[in-house]
Amino acid sequence: MESAPALALSNISVTFVASGAGGKTYTAVRDTTLTVAAGEFVSVVGPTGCGKSTLLNIAAGLLASSAGEVRALGQPLAGINRHAGYMFQSDALLPWLSAYDNVALGLRYRGVAEELVRESVHAWLARVGLSAHGNRYPHQLSGGMKKRVALAQMLILDPKILLMDEPFSALDIQTRQLMENELLDLWSADRKSVVFITHDLEEAIALSDRVVVLSAGPATRPLGEFVIDLPRPRDVAEIRLLPRFVEIHTEIWHAMKDEVLKGYAQTRIQ
Amino acid sequence: MRKPVSSSRLALYHALLLGSLFVVWHVMTEPGLIAPFYFDDANQAKFFFGQPLEVFKRIWDWFAGGKIYEHLLVTLIETLLAFGIGTALGLGVGLWLALSPTASELADPYIKAMNAMPRVILAPIFAVWFGLGILSKVALGITLVFFIVFFNVYQGVKEVSPVVLNNARMLGANARQLLRTVYVPSAMSWVFSSLHTSVGMAFVGAVVGEYLGSARGVGYLILQAEGAFDINTVFAGILVLTAFALALDAVVSVAERRLLVWRPAQGETERL
Repeated sequence: MESAPALALSNISVTFVASGAGGKTYTAVRDTTLTVAAGEFVSVVGPTGCGKSTLLNIAAGLLASSAGEVRALGQPLAGINRHAGYMFQSDALLPWLSAYDNVALGLRYRGVAEELVRESVHAWLARVGLSAHGNRYPHQLSGGMKKRVALAQMLILDPKILLMDEPFSALDIQTRQLMENELLDLWSADRKSVVFITHDLEEAIALSDRVVVLSAGPATRPLGEFVIDLPRPRDVAEIRLLPRFVEIHTEIWHAMKDEVLKGYAQTRIQ
Repeated sequence: MRKPVSSSRLALYHALLLGSLFVVWHVMTEPGLIAPFYFDDANQAKFFFGQPLEVFKRIWDWFAGGKIYEHLLVTLIETLLAFGIGTALGLGVGLWLALSPTASELADPYIKAMNAMPRVILAPIFAVWFGLGILSKVALGITLVFFIVFFNVYQGVKEVSPVVLNNARMLGANARQLLRTVYVPSAMSWVFSSLHTSVGMAFVGAVVGEYLGSARGVGYLILQAEGAFDINTVFAGILVLTAFALALDAVVSVAERRLLVWRPAQGETERL
């Protein structure tokens, strides 16, 4: 754990220039440092509009920061983060490809031989319980199934770092808990580093080793970090009933409350 | 919700509607069937609007006598060439301009001007450049088809979902793979909707070109008949052209269904 962290964002600032507004700028993230150790599951929570997704896009290399440095597995990041898999909040599957072809996509991009692709895709479709639905197109799948295809699509490339942007927020609560348990199962099999963005504190505590709380935007910065010392393996539905869970929840919520209210007040002004 | 009409019943309704249109046409134009209410003379309606039976007889003579094939072949070749070349050009240039911001900004005013221009007036110029043969008609058809496809491809590429695009990039796609797996498939659904319009436009190019100067083609037949005030032959030409345009449109529809299976049909429910 003391070797190079899987992901290190140091003193990141992100300033957007508002288009056509006479050089007006908007600072989404200011001077933020976030480190994720190898095999660590870190959740980032914060009020709506606080720049959580911006931070994740920086880590993915989809967005360049205005200041600061990103290191992935010790290497400075330039361009797309090749060590990372990204799971998006909204539907990101290619609608013109079947579930099978969507899962195969990353391997085909890498020019992997077709027999190996087939083997690997079948294995992953089986792991996410969709063996029977490989030839369906995304519009023929339910929300939970789409998320499972997206999960397989990301994990088949065996990325060292998983970046997840509120991946389950569009699901109903039962499906969501199933998906969270499935994610924990898959994760515990080979302990990747995870950055999990969510606005749901309970989800964050139930899944993570550590929760980072961000301040309200603009100019978001981390307010505090909380180590979650709940035992693993966990069941996200049952763990919420543990007294320790409630304690941690209360503690983090106290730290967050003011920021949430601040964020709410700002959206009302706008 | 009310149950939609079954397809066999709908086909029957279509046939009935078409049949009654021809019956109305016949009744209105046949001298002596009804009292003339607009024209002074009972024969005038027939002169201006033709008569369906005469029109069908003309079409029958054309196909039975073999006179039409040569002309139809020329018109169809012109249409297909214009359609094919115009679509390919529109697809290529559309992708290129949509993915290259500098080229697109440079070309933008010209594209706008060319699109705003009534391009049918190019027909005489093409006749001068390419002669009265097939080429001048194909050139006119291409200018009509190109812009429809071009704008749709351009739009299709611009409307690619940024999330899908980012997903493909995170999965490791290079520029070429992005083009093949994201931009082109996304543009194709727009292209197909435009192809239905462009089939008609390709016919317009061919027939207008023939109409302005040619020695063969259905447009030429129509022009000849018009010169002799033979309105029945004009209508016969129009019907034949319409039938072939519909046939071509049906081919596009079949191709569309084959290639766009991934697209959710409206109101389609899927049993899982």
